[in-house]
Amino acid sequence: MFDSLSSKFASAFSSLRSRGRIKSSDVEEIVAEIRSALIESDVAQEVAKSFGDRIQELAIPELERINKSTNPSQGIFEIINAELTTVLGGQTRRIRMAKKGPTVVMLVGLQGAGKTSLAGKLAQYLKSQGNTPLLVASDLQRPNAVTQLQQVGASVGVPVFAPEPGNGVGDPVKVAQAGKKFAEDKLHNFVIVDTAGRLGVDAELMSQASRIRDAVKPDEILFVVDAMLGQDAVRTAQSFLEGVGFDGVVLTKLDGDARGGAALSIVTLTNRPIMFAATGEKTSDFDLFHPDRMASRILGMGDVATLAEQAKAALDPDLTKKFEEKFAAGDDFTLMDFLSQLQALKKMGSMSKMLGMLPGMNSGAMKKQLDNLDEGELVRTEAIIQSMTPAERHDVKILNGSRRARIAKGSGRAVSEVNNLVDRFTGAQKMMRQMRNGGGMPPGMPPVPGMAGMPKINKQLPPKKKSKSGNPAKRAAEQG
Amino acid sequence: MALFSKIFAKLRIGGASDSDWDELRSSLIESDLGAKLSDEIVSVARATKSESAESAIRKALEGALTTSSRDLKVVEDRTTTILVVGVNGTGKTTSVAKLMKDLKDRGNDVVVVAADTFRAAAIEQLQTWGARIGVPVVAGKFQGDPASVVFDGVKVARESKADYLIVDTAGRLHTKSNLMDELSKIKRVLDKSGGVDEVLLVVDATTGQNGINQAKSFTESVSVTGLILTKMDGSAKGGIALAIERETAIPIKFVGTGEGADDFGPFEPDSYISGLIGSE
Repeated sequence: MFDSLSSKFASAFSSLRSRGRIKSSDVEEIVAEIRSALIESDVAQEVAKSFGDRIQELAIPELERINKSTNPSQGIFEIINAELTTVLGGQTRRIRMAKKGPTVVMLVGLQGAGKTSLAGKLAQYLKSQGNTPLLVASDLQRPNAVTQLQQVGASVGVPVFAPEPGNGVGDPVKVAQAGKKFAEDKLHNFVIVDTAGRLGVDAELMSQASRIRDAVKPDEILFVVDAMLGQDAVRTAQSFLEGVGFDGVVLTKLDGDARGGAALSIVTLTNRPIMFAATGEKTSDFDLFHPDRMASRILGMGDVATLAEQAKAALDPDLTKKFEEKFAAGDDFTLMDFLSQLQALKKMGSMSKMLGMLPGMNSGAMKKQLDNLDEGELVRTEAIIQSMTPAERHDVKILNGSRRARIAKGSGRAVSEVNNLVDRFTGAQKMMRQMRNGGGMPPGMPPVPGMAGMPKINKQLPPKKKSKSGNPAKRAAEQG
Repeated sequence: MALFSKIFAKLRIGGASDSDWDELRSSLIESDLGAKLSDEIVSVARATKSESAESAIRKALEGALTTSSRDLKVVEDRTTTILVVGVNGTGKTTSVAKLMKDLKDRGNDVVVVAADTFRAAAIEQLQTWGARIGVPVVAGKFQGDPASVVFDGVKVARESKADYLIVDTAGRLHTKSNLMDELSKIKRVLDKSGGVDEVLLVVDATTGQNGINQAKSFTESVSVTGLILTKMDGSAKGGIALAIERETAIPIKFVGTGEGADDFGPFEPDSYISGLIGSE
């Protein structure tokens, strides 16, 4: 998501980094680069321009201060990061709850934006937080939209209010109203109203949407936007804002390579925040939208906060504790630990998605490697380790040629792959020892750097002789 | 677009200034042509000897269109097979419905396969259309193997000696390699049973520059032969389709303009270009 944007920012920064002192002409240059990167990413031209102007306004008066610091490009970077966070909506906004009765959320948007799928994801999300949502089928237009919602509801275990068959039959306003009433009677605390997709220029359908709004008085109207949307986003958002109004934006299909620039335009021009993002085909691929995290992501700083959250959710606390204790006691890191870490990692979901959240991973060559990442590698590594005897797992030093040949045969892999794994593991083990001697590591974080799942990426890492910068901007630029 | 006519009026009177051309470039970008193609169009137009700026731009845009045929391929001695692909939500199923109506109205026997076994109720959506239009729909089980449904569809089409077989597939993001592999498998099944004559990529007119990636990725896995440009009844101009043509030489073959089964027709370059530059 936003990937192309981030690789372009990275290249703009690398040119900035090469200068010691930053002049105002340098700022103008990077601003011009950022502007064209934004336009290539479907950001509206006026938004790209005003964003650039704003950076220039903020950065140029600060140049004197920035140039006094040890790392001037970092200063510029921070200004851009802060401004991008602001443009993306500042703080994460959560759903406003109704003071009395069920909280009503109404979904509106163009055809094909992903409203019905999103209704299911939102319902599951609310349900997982202990709510009792009800889905209401008010898209009576598209053939079998009602059936789709019913199937989506069944798959997430949320009831669907669908008194009308749809396919052109029934009054969506009445259905929405009856749905709210039904929720009140049955004490559901959330009502999600799925409406038909409509074009901004369709006055008749727009007025129908506003009649649904007036009938159910939603606490939140969410405008569902496809991340692949182009320049028309501005016109469409404007007509929805005037036609029915909306309080927040939901971005869908963020798991592709869409640049998502339209979202930036919509947020800037309508002053409505992005509240949620949908990132995959599964009903659980859905989360609150975090502007600060997304800004970091665009700028190639990674999304460590989300990664840590996911790690926490997936890692077995007992296992983590055991590992930490073992670590603290001075026991060596063995292949058994390695295996259990790998298995925990697998639970966290797709490797490429996770690694993509690490700093610097979304730029240029890294990104390509990430796209080609073989998820099966994890399974193969597991197979190799499982083909070892407990003694071998405990101490890889005993692995002589014939043992390696046996393991290769047992796991159905080549001997060279076994060798590879052993080499990488030994590296990881060494690193763990150094870590213990030289200071802590974040609790519960798996030993990612030496991990077997990413051999191709390891080869791409910058040569070790250059010390890696602790500064995210520098690092992003180095890897860009 | 009002902006264009304003510029054209200005350009006719006394030659264009750099800022006029910049404004023109902006308007082209606003139609989703992308910065690269917009630059190209403007520089070609500036170099064109023409009586008016409007005709110069028009010529430049026409020059960017591919010269490949825009007709749907027809095979005489066996069933013509059409595979319809695209990312989620572009309007594949609706386009399949329109295409089957169009072909049936012209006196053909059509069989449709509902190979979108992934999205909830996609099969029912197509069956509803099939019943309305009077075209048999071959469907498998929800969440079944799409390639095997296609295999069944081919058999039905062959036994009934149908003129056309249209295969509707699940929407998929072009970056998901497992889903793209699934699509290649569907194509292989069709290839083995006589061949695919058209692979139509459905592109939504509201799509931004990502459309180019879509076209390239789908072409890589299933060799796209034509585009269906949908949702042209909205405020989006669908400039991305021209950018795709320029980049890949895949012709736009059909245009969708609404939710009704008849809101569909062959691509007409003249009216498309008029739409892009907002002239009547």
